[in-house]
Amino acid sequence: MARKVPEINSSSQADIAFLLLCFFLMTTSMDVDYGITRRLPPPVEQNDEDVKVKERNVMNVLVNKNDRLLVNGRPSDISLLKDEAKRFMTPRPNDETAPETERKTFDLVGEVLMSKGVISLQNDRGTSYAMYISVQNELARAFNELREEMSMAKFHKHLDQLNEDQTKAINDAVPVRVSEAEPAEY
Amino acid sequence: MGKFRKEGKKEVPQVSTSSLPDIVYMLIFFFMITTSMRDVELKVKTAMPKASEIQKLEKKALVSSIYIGPPRDTKLGTESRIQLDDAFARPADIADWIQKERDSRSEADRPLLTTALKVHKETRMGVVTDVKQELRKVGAFRINYTTLKGSALEN
Repeated sequence: MARKVPEINSSSQADIAFLLLCFFLMTTSMDVDYGITRRLPPPVEQNDEDVKVKERNVMNVLVNKNDRLLVNGRPSDISLLKDEAKRFMTPRPNDETAPETERKTFDLVGEVLMSKGVISLQNDRGTSYAMYISVQNELARAFNELREEMSMAKFHKHLDQLNEDQTKAINDAVPVRVSEAEPAEY
Repeated sequence: MGKFRKEGKKEVPQVSTSSLPDIVYMLIFFFMITTSMRDVELKVKTAMPKASEIQKLEKKALVSSIYIGPPRDTKLGTESRIQLDDAFARPADIADWIQKERDSRSEADRPLLTTALKVHKETRMGVVTDVKQELRKVGAFRINYTTLKGSALEN
């Protein structure tokens, strides 16, 4: 005669599950991090061979310890920086004061006019991090707007609607040319 | 007419709770999959500045964070300090720390390792520059300035 196995009462299963749920609810952190991604340059070798860059090709951005901006020797403001950088990086082959330009051919986008300009960023040890990020952000915004314009002109699409190859082509045609000065020795 | 007369007392039937554990288990699995345990106890304040041109930090397993900011313990002053893992550190310790972080990842992942700088907005750039110089020396070139979403002009 088969013995009847008594059924296990499962009414407390819910309580156990709730306990586990509470544990995971407390420990979970679903915050996603966002940020400005940059690539540091490799360390420079000790040689005095300075790369000669023509003065018209450089836009000097200085941030002092009081978070004041100096762009090409003239005081400026963070709200103007994006437009200044964008104007500087827009290729203008007929302007003697603008950076030099060159024609280059890329896949997908074809021949484009590129500016040889470089934005040189230098900050003081006393500059606040918030100001530094603001400057980096405004410069990135200038380049993103140039890319958006290029994207609209070449593909008639917004930058975020491009596929991977197209994005790469645009990134190659409008590189982020921001160079951070070597920190001075004190 | 008796055919339509209600029989007995009018009672609301009890809601069956037998599927409650299943629902809760579903929630558990969701949280178990999305969870990532907080790995460090922050000893420094990291109120990060805002920026708009930001990218999502993908693959958290390939990100190691350096925290820089004024200590939470006010007895230690207000000067910004560097925190690696669970302890305060000096810029000179970064090389060893990066090496340790690299060793804990698989061979294929090592070149993709990103260093996230989580820096308090009132920190002076001197400390950050020192950290960046150390990172350059050991070849950890991929960095990310972790920020909040917002307009950079409000910083």
